[in-house]
Amino acid sequence: MTQLQPSPAGQPATRTAQPATRTGAFLDVRNLSVKFPTDDGLVSAVNGMDFSLERGQTLGIVGESGSGKSVTSQALMGLLKGTSARVTGQALFQGKDLVTLPESGMRQLRGRNIGMIFQDPLSALHPFYTVGHQIAEAYLVHNKASKKQARTAAVDMLGRVGIPSPEQRYDEYPHHFSGGMRQRAMIAMALICEPELLIADEPTTALDVTVQAQILDLMSELQEETNSALILITHDLGVVAEICDSVLVMYGGQCVESGPVDEIFYDTQHPYTLGLLKSMPTLSSSSGRLNPIPGQPPSLLDLPKGCIFSARCEYAALAGDGVCASQRPELVVEDGHGKRCHLRGPQIVTIRNTR
Amino acid sequence: MDTQAILQVENLQKHFPIKGGLFSPKGSKTVKAVDGVSFSLARGQTLGLVGESGCGKSTTGRMVARLMDPTGGRILIDGVDISQLGGRDLYNFRRKVQMIFQDPFASLNPRQTVGTAIAAPMLAQKINPAGGLKSRVKELLEQVGLKPEHYNRFPHEFSGGQRQRVGIARAISLNPSVIVCDEPVSALDVSVQAQVVNLLQEIQRDTGVAYIFIAHDLSVVRHISHEVAVMYLGKIVEQGPREDLFRDPRHPYTQALLSAVPLPDPRAARQQQKIRLRGDLPSPANPPSGCVFRTRCPLFGTLGVEQQQRCISDIPLPASAAAPACHHAGLDSAALAGVQ
Repeated sequence: MTQLQPSPAGQPATRTAQPATRTGAFLDVRNLSVKFPTDDGLVSAVNGMDFSLERGQTLGIVGESGSGKSVTSQALMGLLKGTSARVTGQALFQGKDLVTLPESGMRQLRGRNIGMIFQDPLSALHPFYTVGHQIAEAYLVHNKASKKQARTAAVDMLGRVGIPSPEQRYDEYPHHFSGGMRQRAMIAMALICEPELLIADEPTTALDVTVQAQILDLMSELQEETNSALILITHDLGVVAEICDSVLVMYGGQCVESGPVDEIFYDTQHPYTLGLLKSMPTLSSSSGRLNPIPGQPPSLLDLPKGCIFSARCEYAALAGDGVCASQRPELVVEDGHGKRCHLRGPQIVTIRNTR
Repeated sequence: MDTQAILQVENLQKHFPIKGGLFSPKGSKTVKAVDGVSFSLARGQTLGLVGESGCGKSTTGRMVARLMDPTGGRILIDGVDISQLGGRDLYNFRRKVQMIFQDPFASLNPRQTVGTAIAAPMLAQKINPAGGLKSRVKELLEQVGLKPEHYNRFPHEFSGGQRQRVGIARAISLNPSVIVCDEPVSALDVSVQAQVVNLLQEIQRDTGVAYIFIAHDLSVVRHISHEVAVMYLGKIVEQGPREDLFRDPRHPYTQALLSAVPLPDPRAARQQQKIRLRGDLPSPANPPSGCVFRTRCPLFGTLGVEQQQRCISDIPLPASAAAPACHHAGLDSAALAGVQ
């Protein structure tokens, strides 16, 4: 097991997130794994995720396609129950284990305590029912209320998410709504029962930047209002920097780095996170070549024996003895900043400075 | 570098008629998807076309590639108007302008090997490269960073980034002078996106091809473009050299668009001045009178009644390199608020 040197870089300005208070966390995920048996073999989509989250906090889960970020959220929502997926580990939410909880118990939590926003609102909304009806339905399932009360609540919610003339919009169908409005309707539906935990899976990926900015603002506002916990799944580091308190970087179904947002961006510890940051063009960078991460993500059917990132890691040689190729590093957490890498602190600093 | 314009677009228009219902008169209304767009593009340069979905940027690109017929205006390639070409002339024109699409899986035939797909344009144009078709295809595969032995593979055997490389190989196979890239990296992960952007730049350096680069990701556009045009509701609202446009955006829409881009830098993101646009893009079937942006314009609310009246009644002059399409651009909104 690799021990991390104390970080020589300056202490971060803010330290809003304190993950890993092991007992009594609002959401505590331990060693969560998801495997899918397929004709080609066992696909290891998520391999031992550990994280925790408190109320009022926003956790960003970042990674490329196939890194297991969406599967993690589906496992938390119990959406993999009744499928061929093999979910193991623990996900304690208010003392209940979401992994072993039966479907009936999950139904109690879903919508009421845990809400979810999906990427594509057009496929998440039913085209045959009015938008208002679908939002009111979510309310009726969990509250002993009349249809009239549900309607009032839904209209109120539509107004809160910034839909103009909600009373009329209630009776319109999803196809009447623009992309941004549909996403607002989705948010209204997820929030109608004021869940304590909200999982948003790429909520703004299909939207234009101007609308994305509106939706991100809205989500932060509503979160502040209700003091809920938010898990934001995205591939966009810009979005993460904008609204998250802490970040978890995923690669090949594992968490490779986690910590408060400022530390991830300014005291990056993992070569993959560094690679992601370096490969992004920014609005201020002058042109020249971009620095892509060479190669392709590993096949989840046949994960490498050593570090999952080693095949694409430019710095694997630095660790010496071929340890990166032969031995899988553990996630070492120090001062709330975790990394899964054989390289030691000073080596990382050298790498960081060469960018 | 040769700065002669390879492509000139003048007052390009595309109007789609709205099909009337059973009882409403036909052809009474049109959607002006592209409404008077003009720009020029020099050899070896890249024009970035940005804007929200529905602003007409893809329609513009498709008309330049003649995948759509313009309603009006001219498209000059090397000084020749190609907007009305048909038959043999259109066929001959095809080799000059090629296209790269967003979704490399949808744009490749799943039953065709990539070798066949890349050879298709040359076969269609009856071009017999020296050394044979197959060796030319293998050469192209190497040029885009794939391996010659990939010739007999099928699209599903490739990752997204590799498929996009196949799309690029196919587009450059005819040595076109202009390639219209419609969101070529939007479907790719950042680490792969950087590989493809680098490849596009290398090809441009080696062959002098000009790109129209359509994207909604402003950081990528800034990285790859020499000139940038910002579109809103079928019109270009501002255009100019990349550096000027990003450093000193003058149209309120450009300003809002730039400030909406999330910065991958948490400290800067917290300090950033944000201009938030309200609402959505108005329906292009029923655009606002006067300045099309006025309904969402952050500047509009700070203007005096007379100035507002001008926005409502007068259509601003089309954007040029010298001035954006705005009556009041350059007016400091804070100062204006003070005047009131």
